[in-house]
Amino acid sequence: MNTEIDSILKKYKPGRRDELIPLMQEIQDVNGHLSEEAIVKIGNYIGLSTTKIYGLATFYDQFRFIPAGKIRVTVCNGTSCFLNGSKAVINAIRELTGLQPGQTARDGIFSYEIVTCMGGCNNGPVISINDEYYPYVKPEQIPELLNKLKFIIEND
Amino acid sequence: MLFTIQVNNKKIKAEKGETILSALNRNGIKIPTLCRMKDFSPTGACRMCVVEVEGRDRLVTACSQPVEEWMKIKTHSPRVITARKTIVELLLSNHPDDCLYCDKKLNCELQRLAEELNIRERRIKARKIKPRLDQSSPAIVRELSKCILCGRCVRVCEEVVTANSLDFIRKGSLTHVGPAMDRDFNFSSCIHCGQCVMMCPTGALHEKHNIAEVQDFLNNTEIVKVIQYSPLVASGIAEELGIRFNRDFDRILNSMLRRIGFDKVFLTGTGTDICIYELAEQLGRNIEKGDVKPLYISACPAWVKFAEQFIPGILTNLSTIKSPQQITGVLIKTLIADQAGIKPEKIFSVSATPCMAMKFEARRDGMMRKGISDVDSVMTVRELARLIRLYGIDVSNIEPEPADEPMAGRSSAASLAEVSGGMAEAVIRTTHFLKYGIEPDKQLMKRLRTGGSFREITVMFEGKEVSVAVIDSLTGLAKLKALVDAGKHYDLIEVMTCPGGCINGAGLPFSFSGSDRKNRVKMIYQADEVDAVNLPCKSPLLNNLYNKFINENKEIADKKIFHTHFEKRNVLL
Ligand code: SF4
Ligand code: SF4
Ligand code: FES
Ligand code: FES
Repeated sequence: MNTEIDSILKKYKPGRRDELIPLMQEIQDVNGHLSEEAIVKIGNYIGLSTTKIYGLATFYDQFRFIPAGKIRVTVCNGTSCFLNGSKAVINAIRELTGLQPGQTARDGIFSYEIVTCMGGCNNGPVISINDEYYPYVKPEQIPELLNKLKFIIEND
Repeated sequence: MLFTIQVNNKKIKAEKGETILSALNRNGIKIPTLCRMKDFSPTGACRMCVVEVEGRDRLVTACSQPVEEWMKIKTHSPRVITARKTIVELLLSNHPDDCLYCDKKLNCELQRLAEELNIRERRIKARKIKPRLDQSSPAIVRELSKCILCGRCVRVCEEVVTANSLDFIRKGSLTHVGPAMDRDFNFSSCIHCGQCVMMCPTGALHEKHNIAEVQDFLNNTEIVKVIQYSPLVASGIAEELGIRFNRDFDRILNSMLRRIGFDKVFLTGTGTDICIYELAEQLGRNIEKGDVKPLYISACPAWVKFAEQFIPGILTNLSTIKSPQQITGVLIKTLIADQAGIKPEKIFSVSATPCMAMKFEARRDGMMRKGISDVDSVMTVRELARLIRLYGIDVSNIEPEPADEPMAGRSSAASLAEVSGGMAEAVIRTTHFLKYGIEPDKQLMKRLRTGGSFREITVMFEGKEVSVAVIDSLTGLAKLKALVDAGKHYDLIEVMTCPGGCINGAGLPFSFSGSDRKNRVKMIYQADEVDAVNLPCKSPLLNNLYNKFINENKEIADKKIFHTHFEKRNVLL
């Protein structure tokens, strides 16, 4: 993992802050999240404090700071999905799991995050589970969906 | 260039290039501000300072907009007042109703705005922010639910302190201010300077209180209670108690402290004298040997932590001589304990100081001996004032008393050391005096006192140039680095975190104004002019302390107790 971060960093210019977001995106794509180690390394490389990098990264929904769960749910809360009722879906997940967006359950099985628009605006609310898309999701479906997935993972 | 603008139907003069706010203030018109910070570039974030400008649809933020010649401004029209009021009402809508118990009560800017804008009921109802209390830091408490997101702490920490320990985290209703990775404060790069506390308009940031602990010990009859206070404390206490400060107030404070129940009262200034003297001897040795290593003064504990985190490369050059507080502290636990025939563990030793970071310093690794801390509890001036009020001491009815021997006096240089440049000045003057029996040129010394965040002078010692640098707030380090990188050499370097030195320390009263501070500095300089004992080496008291007590006591005669150690710290930078 170490060397991966280093080799990604090499692609960017040291001391330059304007490419921070794409840099963080690339590291997250490879590692699945922005670890503390990654943030420290980015900071040293571009000359910005970890406080500022973390602060900035938390402003965007796309970044996560702990590894995602085995079941990784992404809920769209973009304008279109919002109008189609994504809030209720999010609430259902929150209640069922007791987690906030960006958090991972203690057993490492489940995590979810909120993004703005997944490109399926006509079929909202849209969620994705481990990168597989589910259109027209209703809050009532959430418990069953999660149970099924949990069953599959536990018996894997 | 001056031109005329119209404000509330009256003509006033404005200057080209200044903001609307500055034109108004200069003409005696007051409007409320919140996110604005004096001497910082404006952000226009909070919109508290809005005014109406004829011909503009939107209200204009006076703190950030430049005045223009044609402007017709209304500062208190109904529209403006409603706008301001709504901002405050929104801030209050989710604010915890905790004012009676809040640390900032009587000093809270939010409370003052609510009063000034005549807010009498809760019109906007919102869910209260969930309490989140971070007490992990030895010096500073964060109460996140009281934060109104003005961003002043973030800016001062970045632009003045350069520690970058705080930033906004997340967004929308989840926005809050915190250190890297949203960890607790004690894991962060915070150097405990407390400048953010001085900036915070509410009780979201305040010092960690030791009053209860001190009270407990004051009630304990089996323990000897000792207090030391540093030179600026007396004027701070006078301010807090609303009394005019004069030079005799130290002696009044001594009796107040005894009435509260302290058995012994010592002056941290004696420790400062020792600190200056030891540093001067060290510098003298360096000059003699032709040593090219710079000597960094380590009396500011926030600076020390900064160095340990950000520039560990210089730690070998950081003087190991303890700060005045710790020197006085360790003498109390050794010398005074010996003298009185009590075990050091039977002493409870308090220090009152204008500094916030000393709360942290007292808990450092190298600040104890045989498992016994040099100093047990550190209080800011504000805390000490609370303690004095708590005990109902009537100041008007009190006889001045001297402090306790043998740490009952100080040279005027010891007071100087609490103003930026003063410690370096005192050290170089002492070094010079010890060598030649006279002090170096006065005018030259004065150049260390003012003139930006980096100042330097060169003093001649037997044809050798000895360079002294003063870093007045950590922004000055950049200049130092540039000069050192370019090959410049310094023999003595003083660094103080708080701008202007301890005189702007975060433990002083919130009501201490800029002009109060300036006056105090003036008094310190004046005292230095007239005081016969203007250097530690001229102090009979200090001579006595060294010759009769320190050198005679075989346990401490090697002066090892005056030294500590530093090491690289691993925190998120
Ligand atoms: S105490 Fe000083 S270093 Fe710490 S957060 Fe506040 S301003 Fe920054
Ligand atoms: S902690 Fe205080 S200074 Fe910092 S943003 Fe909140 S209210 Fe403002
Ligand atoms: S808004 Fe949800 S997919 Fe576009
Ligand atoms: S004080 Fe002017 S916008 Fe905050």
